[in-house]
Amino acid sequence: MSSFDEIIAADQRVEPRDEMPEGYRKTMVRQIAQHAHSEIIGMQPEGYWITRAPSLRRKAILLAKVQDEAGHGLYLYAAAETLGVDRADLTERLITGRQKYSSIFNYPTLGYADVGVIGWLVDGAAICNQVPLCRSSFGPYARAMIRICKEESFHQRQGYELLMTMMRGTDAQREMVQDAVDRWWWPSLMMFGPPDANSPNTAQSMAWKIKRHTNDELRQKFVDMTVPQAEKLGVTLPDPELRWNPERGHYDFGEPDWDELKRVISGDGPCNAERLERRRRAHEDGAWVREAALAHARKHAREKEAAR
Amino acid sequence: MSWPLYEVFVRGKRGLNHVHVGSLHAPDAETALHNARDLYTRRNEGVSIWVVRSADITASSPDEKDAFFDPSADKVYRHPTFYSIPDDVPHI
Repeated sequence: MSSFDEIIAADQRVEPRDEMPEGYRKTMVRQIAQHAHSEIIGMQPEGYWITRAPSLRRKAILLAKVQDEAGHGLYLYAAAETLGVDRADLTERLITGRQKYSSIFNYPTLGYADVGVIGWLVDGAAICNQVPLCRSSFGPYARAMIRICKEESFHQRQGYELLMTMMRGTDAQREMVQDAVDRWWWPSLMMFGPPDANSPNTAQSMAWKIKRHTNDELRQKFVDMTVPQAEKLGVTLPDPELRWNPERGHYDFGEPDWDELKRVISGDGPCNAERLERRRRAHEDGAWVREAALAHARKHAREKEAAR
Repeated sequence: MSWPLYEVFVRGKRGLNHVHVGSLHAPDAETALHNARDLYTRRNEGVSIWVVRSADITASSPDEKDAFFDPSADKVYRHPTFYSIPDDVPHI
């Protein structure tokens, strides 16, 4: 067991110092970095509601969730760094727009019900995407994904429970939930990426066992999983074409607006500029803290040295 | 100018070895330890943490893997299954 091809064929994991094709290395760096960026940017839409959540309990839950997103970002940056890239450089690429993050975080959270719907639909879609990545061929990525998936389950359940609570409330609360579902359903379906016919990288990623399922397979799985949950919750998914197809054994559903996905990915979504600006400002405002901590550490190291 | 990288090892519970869980950046070892607690043990995943500067780790090289581990490959007599013992000998 030595060459890259043998490792992939035997379904073993590739480790950072193994020989690997340059394309594989580049794809892994890009995919892991974009995934990390998504977790970090993903703190913003929900972070907005931490001070506005209706009770101390809900604030504590949301704070824990947003802290998890930060943690997920850091696990993933650490995985990317095993391939020899520099973390500061990845941050730079994010805030200058040279590397992308998930399109979903460019939509605004207009109401508190959005927090619940993000947990249910957005984290639900993320789980569909991420569970197969626990078997991704690159070892550090697969291991990070295992940690992340364990924690995502809390995210999805807290979202669904929040929505169940609101659905038991007033008419106005039920309307808020339905409105949030109406706005987040289609962007959630877009999280799986373009349809297979327009996804040029899928075949190579499947051959390298980075990806285990195609975009359309995962999207179908998500729809099949979510429809019964929507029925239990008592909300309507905003798709007139959505119906059970007994022949396929799956739900049929309508076509997402792929032009919208393209627009949002290329920077023209409702919140792209705001998200990047906030991240850039946080990075720059924190520069003095990073510098001061390093200066402090160096001073103490010198003092220790002198005391010897 | 960026913070150095530390590797993090967590003991899941008493009686187990510390296991490598990932890495993080920190200005010094003390801060690395605190950050490792916040990052890798948010749900009681550990009772003890080690951090070590990544630059201080010496690792075997995958290129030399065969030559490096070969010496143990041909010593089958180090394994209990190498020795045949009659079935009717108890507790062995």
